[in-house]
Amino acid sequence: MQADVAQTPWRFDHFFIPLVLFLGFAAALFEAARSPEAPMVAQGWIFAICMGLTGIWYMWMYAGRTPADETRTYADGVVKAGVIAAMFWGIAGMLVGVIIALQLSFPNLFYLPNEAWTNFGRLRPLHTSAVIFAFGGNVLIATSFYVVQRTCRAHLFGGSLPWFVMWGYNTFIILAGTGYLLGISQSREYAEPEWYADIWLTIVWVCYLAVFLGTLIKRKEPHIYVANWFYLAFIITIAILHVVNNLAMPISLLQSKSYSLFSGVQDALTQWWYGHNAVGFFLTAGFLGIMYYFIPKRAERPVYSYRLSIIHFWSLIFIYIWAGPHHLLYTALPEWAQTLGMTFSIILWMPSWGGMINGLMTLSGAWDKLRTDPVLRMLVVSVAFYGMSTFEGPVMSIKAVNALSHYTNWTIGHVHSGALGWVGYVSFGAIYCLVPWLWKKQLYSNALVEWHFWISTLGIVLYITSMWVAGIMQGLMWRAYNDFGFLEYAFIEVVEAMHPYYIIRAVGGLLYLGGALLMVFNLWKTVRSGAPAAAPIAVVPAVAAEAA
Amino acid sequence: MSKKEVDDVSGTETTGHDWDGIKELNTPLPRWWLGILYACIAWAIGYWIVYPAWPTLSGYTPGLLGYSQRDEVTSNVAALKSARVGHEQELVKSSLSEIQRNPDMLQFAMAAGRATFGDNCVGCHGAGGQGAKGYPNLNDDVWLWGGKLADIEHTLTVGVRSAHPDTRQSMMPAFGRDGILKEAEVEDLTDYVLRLSGQRADPRAARRATQLFTDNCAACHGADAKGNRSLGAPNLTDNEALYGASRQNIRDQIWNGHGGVMPAWSTRLSAQEIKALAIYVHNLGGGE
Repeated sequence: MQADVAQTPWRFDHFFIPLVLFLGFAAALFEAARSPEAPMVAQGWIFAICMGLTGIWYMWMYAGRTPADETRTYADGVVKAGVIAAMFWGIAGMLVGVIIALQLSFPNLFYLPNEAWTNFGRLRPLHTSAVIFAFGGNVLIATSFYVVQRTCRAHLFGGSLPWFVMWGYNTFIILAGTGYLLGISQSREYAEPEWYADIWLTIVWVCYLAVFLGTLIKRKEPHIYVANWFYLAFIITIAILHVVNNLAMPISLLQSKSYSLFSGVQDALTQWWYGHNAVGFFLTAGFLGIMYYFIPKRAERPVYSYRLSIIHFWSLIFIYIWAGPHHLLYTALPEWAQTLGMTFSIILWMPSWGGMINGLMTLSGAWDKLRTDPVLRMLVVSVAFYGMSTFEGPVMSIKAVNALSHYTNWTIGHVHSGALGWVGYVSFGAIYCLVPWLWKKQLYSNALVEWHFWISTLGIVLYITSMWVAGIMQGLMWRAYNDFGFLEYAFIEVVEAMHPYYIIRAVGGLLYLGGALLMVFNLWKTVRSGAPAAAPIAVVPAVAAEAA
Repeated sequence: MSKKEVDDVSGTETTGHDWDGIKELNTPLPRWWLGILYACIAWAIGYWIVYPAWPTLSGYTPGLLGYSQRDEVTSNVAALKSARVGHEQELVKSSLSEIQRNPDMLQFAMAAGRATFGDNCVGCHGAGGQGAKGYPNLNDDVWLWGGKLADIEHTLTVGVRSAHPDTRQSMMPAFGRDGILKEAEVEDLTDYVLRLSGQRADPRAARRATQLFTDNCAACHGADAKGNRSLGAPNLTDNEALYGASRQNIRDQIWNGHGGVMPAWSTRLSAQEIKALAIYVHNLGGGE
């Protein structure tokens, strides 16, 4: 990786980053030395090591080197790092997913009472955080850095700040993941990391916003491209959601445990306002940003409708934020709030589909490429899965449907049609584009991409169909009454009925993981031994400007 | 650089923007898309009018239908209760043997018992009452405390080693762990017990343990080792062993004297639920 720091008059980063790293290192050592609880001591050491390594790397990168000229290069090193991190965490997260799917299928096989860290309760958040935040987050940061530079014709803002975002974000991932294994959790779904990790993420995220916004401000294009609207909405909204949902009071600065500022049903609503918009802004808006750049770029066709992108962007942003209460139907949440959550979820259907239409219709005039280009096919199929799960979501938010679907495996199936089909595929497609572009190589093997596509598609189909059947069966069995007015099935009978579907799900997950491993191999061979690219991407803003 | 041009494939004009080679068509919104969006909004407004929807300063808009989830669940529960009430009253009035003889009542008691069993008993005794190591099988005709309806009802009511004052209580000593017998004596007794149920055993060891059995075991298990239900002492001559019938299991049981617990269900379930449960367990297959 080469140093791609530029000579700018603005050198705030050279004070700010070492200061943050030093303060982080000192605080971590303090925790390690003084905390009365062993897991927190471990977290202190882990954080200190991360800070120390980042500091050493920073000095090595920036001490006594002549920075590159920002007007003549794009910052692509940090994008490369993000791609590598994304693939690493992706494989790790999917592997943990397969393990916990097997734990559910064969509870005795993986039950180790003396190894608490192997317990389902700790591995489950490890899986969700690894695939959403570690894999998805790195994909989002890497692609957003790539896209914003190309579509603004400007080098990333902030000098070395983008690198701080990259290392800082992955430090958060390590802190969160090891925390779960050590038994540290806030028990807030998708927001499990405790207060100290949340504070760290807040610092990193504000820097991310500064880099992105700063690059937009110094753009050389008159207009801001639609992909960047989505990325910016994602960054800003996640900042707000993260801060509000994690407002908490630690029991001591030396201990991991904290108490939320919210309680009871307000707490539940805050959590699901966060939880649903993590889906809406992290897993939807952010990845729509990816879709809006990589599909037209790969298909070499103009975006289908500028007007649709405006209308569906603003309606999506406005309406998504209301939909959280649909996670709390038939609970203590006041009925009026349930109604609003449900009705806004229904209204959200078309704004979501606006993105699908724009993605799919961009292919008009280039449909034939789907036969020959498996990468483009992956991107397009991701949009199809996006359309399917954004239809399924509103359906499941309808109270009468939710009464059956809630708490069942149907929800798991729904989440995974979005996660494996939409988020996974659009990420894979983008990375299959990015690696040859960044490393200036031709992709090692198209045939392997074909294999990846078909193996993982089979995996997705097995996963979601088994969970549909299991979920609907589960819901029907729970509510079945006999003629005398007694429940027809005991809970354990319902669990027994799930067994074959859990096995099918595990097989589906295994196939998906297998496809991703093929991808890693393919990318590795591309970087190591791929043929040089025939037509390299633009790496020089000024030249790109003249070409345009 | 706003240069509008017409796309050859679609015949649509572009917006003239160009980002890294990406252009945009100025296609109007698809009409079906807009139509469905408006329809969803209209539907939502209609829903807000008839159902509780928007917060106000002092409450919320209740909606024209006057619908309430709480009312719905209350009426559902009431409907369920009224569907059961006739049979339930009869169940309370009838004796266990009357229920057993009346097919209609028996069917109801079995349904009620099955539901109660599913919610309370399957965790230990298994979904089909098949039991597990340390948890008695309720399908066979081996009973620690008696398999008649009244016995089962009583066991359910007071529990086993529970906090209930009349609890079923048996206490097999931990002969090895507590040093009552020497290790070699426990080994000999193991052979003795193995031979009682016709398993392969060292005859000399078993003979050596004859006196040990009389001194330490016969008081509860009986001189003939056929057990004693009033004490909850199992029959040692059959092939059923709660903690396993292998040499290792039997030695372990003599050494440690395991004893399980069952809650006194009278503290958690109503009398008629226990009645139904007794009928259900009795009819699982082994009732006497």
